[in-house]
Amino acid sequence: MENIRFDLITALPEIFILCMAMVILIADLFLKKNNRIAIYGLAQTTLLGAAYITFTTHAPSVTYAFSGTFVDDAMSDVLKLMIYLGTSLILLYSRQYLQLRDMFRGEFYALVLFSVVGMMIMVSGQNMLTLYVGLELLSLSLYALVALDRDNAKATEAAMKYFVLGALASGMLLYGMSMVYGMTGSLNITDINMSLMSEPKIHTVLVLGLVFIVAGLAFKLGAVPFQMWVPDVYEGSPTAVTLLISSVPKLAAFAFIIRMLVQALPTLVGDWQQMLMIMAVLSIVIGNITAIAQTNLKRMLAYSTISHVGFILYGLMSASMNGFVYAMFYVVSYVLMTLAGFGIILLLSRKGFEADKLDDLKGLNQRSPWHAFLMLIVMFSMAGVPPTLGFYAKFSVLQAALEAGYLWLVVFAVLMAVIGAFYYLRIIKLMYFDEPTDHSPITAPLDMRIVLGVNAIALLVIGMMPQGLMELCIYAITRSLS
Amino acid sequence: MVDYFSLDYFLKHILSFAIWVPVLSGIFLLFTADENKPDNTRWLALIGGLISFLVTIPLYTHFNFMDGGFQFQEGFSWIPAFNINYHLGVDGIAIPLILLTSFTTVIVIIAAWEVIEKRVAQYMACFLIMSGLMIGVFSALDAILYYVFWEAMLIPMFLVIGIWGGPNRVYATIKFFLYTLLGSLLMLVAFIYLHLQTGSFEVMDFHRVTLPLNVQILIFLAFFTAFAVKIPMWPVHTWLPDAHVEAPTGGSVVLAAIALKLGGYSFLRFAMPIAPDAAHHLSGYMIALSLIAIVYIALVALVQKDMKKLIAYSSISHMGFVTLGFFIFNNLGLEGAIVQMVSHGFISAAMFLCVGVLYDRVHSRQIESYGGVANTMPTFAAFAVLFAMANSGLPGTSGFVGEFMVILGAIEANFWYAFLASFTLIFGAAYTLWMVKRVFYGEIANSHVAVLKDINKRELLILSTLAIMVLALGVYPQPLTDMTNATVTQLLSQLAQSKLPASFTSGL
Repeated sequence: MENIRFDLITALPEIFILCMAMVILIADLFLKKNNRIAIYGLAQTTLLGAAYITFTTHAPSVTYAFSGTFVDDAMSDVLKLMIYLGTSLILLYSRQYLQLRDMFRGEFYALVLFSVVGMMIMVSGQNMLTLYVGLELLSLSLYALVALDRDNAKATEAAMKYFVLGALASGMLLYGMSMVYGMTGSLNITDINMSLMSEPKIHTVLVLGLVFIVAGLAFKLGAVPFQMWVPDVYEGSPTAVTLLISSVPKLAAFAFIIRMLVQALPTLVGDWQQMLMIMAVLSIVIGNITAIAQTNLKRMLAYSTISHVGFILYGLMSASMNGFVYAMFYVVSYVLMTLAGFGIILLLSRKGFEADKLDDLKGLNQRSPWHAFLMLIVMFSMAGVPPTLGFYAKFSVLQAALEAGYLWLVVFAVLMAVIGAFYYLRIIKLMYFDEPTDHSPITAPLDMRIVLGVNAIALLVIGMMPQGLMELCIYAITRSLS
Repeated sequence: MVDYFSLDYFLKHILSFAIWVPVLSGIFLLFTADENKPDNTRWLALIGGLISFLVTIPLYTHFNFMDGGFQFQEGFSWIPAFNINYHLGVDGIAIPLILLTSFTTVIVIIAAWEVIEKRVAQYMACFLIMSGLMIGVFSALDAILYYVFWEAMLIPMFLVIGIWGGPNRVYATIKFFLYTLLGSLLMLVAFIYLHLQTGSFEVMDFHRVTLPLNVQILIFLAFFTAFAVKIPMWPVHTWLPDAHVEAPTGGSVVLAAIALKLGGYSFLRFAMPIAPDAAHHLSGYMIALSLIAIVYIALVALVQKDMKKLIAYSSISHMGFVTLGFFIFNNLGLEGAIVQMVSHGFISAAMFLCVGVLYDRVHSRQIESYGGVANTMPTFAAFAVLFAMANSGLPGTSGFVGEFMVILGAIEANFWYAFLASFTLIFGAAYTLWMVKRVFYGEIANSHVAVLKDINKRELLILSTLAIMVLALGVYPQPLTDMTNATVTQLLSQLAQSKLPASFTSGL
């Protein structure tokens, strides 16, 4: 009895959000259309409550629950707090967008909360099946969210594509897991590692399993050569959903990779390092070069995401404690940048106007210097120009890769970053150097403007003082992995 | 108890003031500016620029001329996770350039007074912020701090060229940004490599670390790509004429007067002391590139039809003297190079301002649009001829001092270097004076020239200030050379010392 109570307390944030998602679904039945704002409030309160629970139950030690299939460590807590924060921003940024497009419904909020639970389980899973279940919960919620706007053919197509390719990736992941299970006789992360350390196994089978696992992970991350779905889904989904897909799930995917590769299969480090290296280099090349040719802002950001994933993989492939810390720092920075970037698109959109073409940004400096400045910060941050956060993100992963001896890969990444800078500069060119074609006033609600401003200025402020965020990442990784 | 208003406190943190006063006044301007009252904005910007200039003066008056090391040092641990410090300090090479920066910023603000009509606050703020960032580059003693300033400075310059520039401004500004970014990212890789060797990002630790020759060469080349683009050296100079032609007058002035010096300064601060053996090893190539810049680019300048382009090429040619002076490794050459940097700062700024004066009236930069300007604008013509003479290195002007010192230094090293370099005195005079002849002398060419009004008081003020500086430095360069002397001697002895690991030198 004591044991179960202990288990439940460890998973309290997940349980809380799950219950609240149900409450929202039921409450939605009884609320009239103009009272739906209450649902929004309820969802935000849920995230706040979960943050409170996670924060107060936080302990720097590692706690296992549910017979070792679930773990509560520093990394999971930090990442969960980031997920709450990110999701809360997403809900805030997308509120008006949804209201104007008749998507402001209970389902949206329930599905978002379900996906949050999925991410949390991915972050805390200590068993391959737990991780897998978390991933599926996230993916299924996202498929449904993409198709939320039922009459939109483009969105439906994107959802279809996302679902088919996502299911394929899940299948590959499961297949890889089954091979590892066959070799080690366990699905538990810790046990797998113990088993691999204690006695020699047939390397070929393990590597075959590893290939499938890495391929499945790469699909979810959107790393080349498994990136095909990313641009189409980003472009097809309603911007509010793109914002969700592109941001916080990367935090969960990072944790997933740490659990699967670093905690379960550290004995195969030489093998997965090579795989990550190839994907990292390809992602940076394809992401950056293809982004140049885009005319749709969401598509361009999709390719930019692919290149960012390449940089994250640079940190991971270094396979050192520093490398993991810096990769985490990069993921967190990436999420903050992406939230602000898509936030601006949502801010500029209005009824019947998506603001997702590059040309829609023309002359923004004359329409609203403040918002143009915010976008300027986001773009320079994505390009990695100091004094913004993106600079330290790139700087740190490159340092980790150089430490691991990949001098020429680092030089290569740097050259690609220059190509990348070009398309970010083009956005700035549109905003600052061109005359506006559209003079309609910006009608975003005040709370969104304020928070978006804080979000973008944070990129600058953390860029000048990155020590705090870096310490948080060091704390999370060293407490969990040592 | 710290007394925040005492002179002592101020002097201890003078470099921070020099950096952050202009940056903060730029930000202040952005937030308080009223687009309908541009005059208030201009006065505010001028006050900010003047205060920023005054703040840098004590760097000269409180400088210890005997000490060749870093002075006015201050610092604290900035990002302990990477062992990055906020560490500032200056020596005799940096201070003249810092003074030049804050001085030029004031000039630029005054020069833009009536010329810039749209988005005045943003324009002024860009220059103020840029000024602070460039002073940061000159005074940073931590590699990453330096890098942050170096890169951040690109952002306002990118906007200045892109927003207030000419018709082809977008191409020019993106080319400028990407060229510089490419070079500086390779430098960043070199910094990280050095950090892994030394465990810190302190410039002084970098100066001390021993490195094998092949590593030194790679590091030197990484720095070279960053600084050669900035200076710019032949053959990576092609962004400069584009950027100059498209930039507004103020942008051209800052680019020519200061931004190019960032590259020259950085050679002395990073590339040469960190990899001295590679610098000696590759000095032949560096000298060859410098001579090509001096001779070939001067010939290119000769055939230009666009005044700004002509001055841009002349800048490249003059900066060739600077790099030549660096890589002949003697006292005269090095000091001459530094004098040349400062003098070129004044002369090129003045030349671009002169073109700006004409452009504001006629809206053409083509030489053929003018002729006989001296008839309608006699005062202006007098100034323009003075600066043209200085540009071609006439004795008595600052242009002569630096070039003469470098040529003397070059004779010490190798007669033929000096022989080739002295061609510039002929070519420089040729392209400058030919341009002066076509623009200012002769009959009044067309109706535009006929109705030209001579310079107003504002223009007279900036041009005469610059004229005084050019003549003062030309007649009496001693204050400048006194300042750099100790540092140059120390730097040369540092460069003469091999940094190869012990086993290496014994084996050779």
